[in-house]
Amino acid sequence: MSTVRIPPTLRTETGGERQVSADGATVRELIDDLVSRYPGLGSQLVEDGEIASFVNVYVEGEDVRTLEGLDTPVGEGSTVILLPAMAGGA
Amino acid sequence: MPNYRELLQQVKGEIDEVDAAQARALLDGADPPVLVDVREQDEWDEGHIPSAVHVPRGFLESRIEQAAPDRSRQVVVYCAGGNRSAFAAKTLKELGYENVVSLAGGYTDWKRNGLPTQLPRSLDAAKRQRYSRHLLIPEVGEEGQLRLLDSRVLLIGAGGLGSPASLYLAAAGVGRLGIVDDDRVDATNLQRQIAHSTATLGDWKADSARATIEALNPDVEVVTYKERLTSENVDRILADGWDVIVDGADNFPTRYLVNDASVFHDIPVVHGSIYRFEGQVTVFKPHEGPCYRCLFPTPPPPELAPSCAEGGVLGVLPGIIGSLQANETLKLALGIGDSLAGRLLLFDALAAEFSEVTLRRDPKCPVCGEHPTITEYIDYVEFCSGRPAHA
Repeated sequence: MSTVRIPPTLRTETGGERQVSADGATVRELIDDLVSRYPGLGSQLVEDGEIASFVNVYVEGEDVRTLEGLDTPVGEGSTVILLPAMAGGA
Repeated sequence: MPNYRELLQQVKGEIDEVDAAQARALLDGADPPVLVDVREQDEWDEGHIPSAVHVPRGFLESRIEQAAPDRSRQVVVYCAGGNRSAFAAKTLKELGYENVVSLAGGYTDWKRNGLPTQLPRSLDAAKRQRYSRHLLIPEVGEEGQLRLLDSRVLLIGAGGLGSPASLYLAAAGVGRLGIVDDDRVDATNLQRQIAHSTATLGDWKADSARATIEALNPDVEVVTYKERLTSENVDRILADGWDVIVDGADNFPTRYLVNDASVFHDIPVVHGSIYRFEGQVTVFKPHEGPCYRCLFPTPPPPELAPSCAEGGVLGVLPGIIGSLQANETLKLALGIGDSLAGRLLLFDALAAEFSEVTLRRDPKCPVCGEHPTITEYIDYVEFCSGRPAHA
């Protein structure tokens, strides 16, 4: 089980939860588990079978694109951060 | 008991001396020594050898480690005539400095030989008082404060992030602040945009911020640009000469434009963004660390990217994130500390929690990668509209 941080822009899909638990030995399995419970997340995280280009996924602080992408292993008890860009500044 | 003469003779026998020409050769060499001026403040103020650090003899023991942390590196000590520096050299040897020499004949002889000198720049009494809390910090000090006064920082946006960032930079004595903002102050801004006030409702934000800054610190020169940053005006604005850009924009097209311009012009960007209870801060140092496009190659579709105007923001959040941006900017200007380059700092106000993720350069980045495909400004509004871009 890992802890997944949900960014503010995706919280409508998780019923307002800022942090949820998810299962999976890889990022792919973890996202599948998340999407099975929060179907609205699917289109916002995955694009053509890959992590959507406007979202970054970090496992223990490292961008999975610099690791093995969706196949990046996720250790038990890891913290996973989903991070879309935010433009706000005013 | 030896008298002064005898003691001086004895000390000179225990230390090594160089003459002015030898000292000059050492200083011009491949591995120059640390040059320490041990004279009093008034002597230093009348001129010193370039590259010297000033450690008055009375503070030698307590301050030398700051000036010369590496005891194996050679130290050349000088005073006015070569006597006080002889005693200082002996003290440094006792402190474990392995290679210390005293400049025989001192500064007087150096000058008589026609070797270069320089007048120290110093703060006047009013500035000494205003910045006294900076002067007390060894990492800043008078030299650092002079650097801040020489620094030029461009703020993109005088809103939520730009307000606290500009005020702290102004208070710190950053000599020149540029403000790019094409908006006017309205009532919905005042819940967080502390550079403005009820009295400036309806004014240009750039003018309103300028008035607040000038009231806070008249040492700061404010340059206002009452225009929206665009592909057409960005080169003109950057040509005015800026050391750091503070990005407090409120939209994606401007974020990508600032990024591309900073890479083209090689200017570091201190980036901040906020939404509701959460903020992000990092530093993009062109060609050294990742850029914004390495982090976010494409903007999210508009429906996934609500602005603060649509989704709201806790009033204090820009205060926190904008202050962190000011902190990074001051460090860059002073050349101290570890910047956030390569790290994205995330702040969650509800949890009162900071976390950090690692950012890496993307070798395939279209702007700062190995084979850049974006080498001039593009249509940023279209790029961020969700329609396929033709860049």
